[in-house]
Amino acid sequence: MSHSLKNLKLKIWRQKGPEDKGRFETYDIPEISDEASFLEMLDILNERLITDNTEPVSFDHDCREGICGTCSLMINGQAHGPQRASATCQLHMRTFKSGDEIVIEPWRASAFPIIKDLMVDRSAFDRIIESGGFITAATGGAPDANLIPIPKPVADAAMDSAACIGCGACVAACPNGAANLFTAAKLTHLNLLPQGQAERFKRSEAMVETMDSYFGSCTNHGECEAACPKEISVDVIAMMNSDYRKAKITNRKTLSRT
Amino acid sequence: MAQTLRRGPVSGTAVAQKRKRKPFLVDLYATAVGKKYVMAITGLAMIGFVVVHMLGNLKLFQAETSPGVYPIDAYGDWLRSLLYPALPKYGTLWLLRVGLLGAVLLHVHAAYGLTVMNRKARPVRYQSSRDYQIATFASRSMRWTGIIVLAFIVWHLADLTLGWVNPDFVYGEVYRNVDASLSRIPVAIFYIIANIALGIHLFHGVWSLFQSMGWNNPRFNSWRRSLATGIATAVVVGNVSFPIAVLAGVVSHPSV
Repeated sequence: MSHSLKNLKLKIWRQKGPEDKGRFETYDIPEISDEASFLEMLDILNERLITDNTEPVSFDHDCREGICGTCSLMINGQAHGPQRASATCQLHMRTFKSGDEIVIEPWRASAFPIIKDLMVDRSAFDRIIESGGFITAATGGAPDANLIPIPKPVADAAMDSAACIGCGACVAACPNGAANLFTAAKLTHLNLLPQGQAERFKRSEAMVETMDSYFGSCTNHGECEAACPKEISVDVIAMMNSDYRKAKITNRKTLSRT
Repeated sequence: MAQTLRRGPVSGTAVAQKRKRKPFLVDLYATAVGKKYVMAITGLAMIGFVVVHMLGNLKLFQAETSPGVYPIDAYGDWLRSLLYPALPKYGTLWLLRVGLLGAVLLHVHAAYGLTVMNRKARPVRYQSSRDYQIATFASRSMRWTGIIVLAFIVWHLADLTLGWVNPDFVYGEVYRNVDASLSRIPVAIFYIIANIALGIHLFHGVWSLFQSMGWNNPRFNSWRRSLATGIATAVVVGNVSFPIAVLAGVVSHPSV
């Protein structure tokens, strides 16, 4: 049985371009189905804005099933809105009540400049990934399954951090604008696996230092973990911190220098 | 269209190796993760000091051995001449003092550097109010509690080590000096506030240092929070008991 929500008030950040100062604008949603997703609600608003011959609200979205990491939005002061373990696209209007005021803001970080309205440029994440470089893996025909033995719990842990979709909610939620959860998730998923061992310390060093040049620092608030649509634990940050130290001190590179 | 960011090294692994690096420790300290190691290690040293300082001061409650002879005065004397005559008199004392002062300076310098970095990482703040999920009051107020504790350390040294702001100060008479200082109500209040701030700082700091150092093991992770709560509580209860004891007259020197 479907219900509908009435008289929603949206306060949306509007910004014409990167240089514009930007401001909040208020829109009324007289009625919306509680089965509509949050992004569908914005689509419906945009249809109306286009019909009224005004500029629609720009926002990032793609797969709309929580796996691509394109959608963002700070909803009522929480990255990806009030629902835990989900991206904005998985948020539905049933989470809200009639008469609610919903405040929507873009991610804010100097490494994520605003392109327009609610859209941000997250290519700083690509710089971190690039600096990680390659892993030594045989190419050619697909290897036999189980050719490289990996204990199930290790594979599970690697998979848990590989679940990172790179949406940037960790940076957005972090009071310091740090990207430690993202970088640590990307590092952990390779550093736990046998295939990732050859370049483990080189990769840890390069990715942490690239992260440093764009983002803030971690003060262990834990807000990133709470905001992460994939519930990646801050435990991966501890692993990154320890791997970075190992990379600096016990790196096999230093052996060749003696 | 989409503006592009200033580009970092494209294949960092190759470029990073070519970059001329500063001496190892300076290079490590230049990174945020390196600064966090410094915060954690200096923090650990200071936690050790704070706990031992609190435990040692409990000697304030030990009764006089004979009239006018207080165990805490003898303890103070023992501390000042620690390891004498194996080492020069006051040698160990000054070694510890220099170490602790260095720890404080490094801790503050790293905190300052990280704060500047974090401000730069979000120059335009959120224009709507944030709804924090698990950040605690302690973690959000580290800078403020740190500043309060720093101000208190300066006052505390001037008050009970150097005697500059303690008109009744007599060198070496610890029991008398504590009574003389903490009998002043505003001083006692500042002492209590600063120690509560220290407790709040430790509540986050003791937990946080494990993360910064990468000491993470699911088997022991739940102990980290308990340890932080335990140390913070013990330090606050122990330290706050001193001004209360002085104000209540439990600790009272005849000539003050």
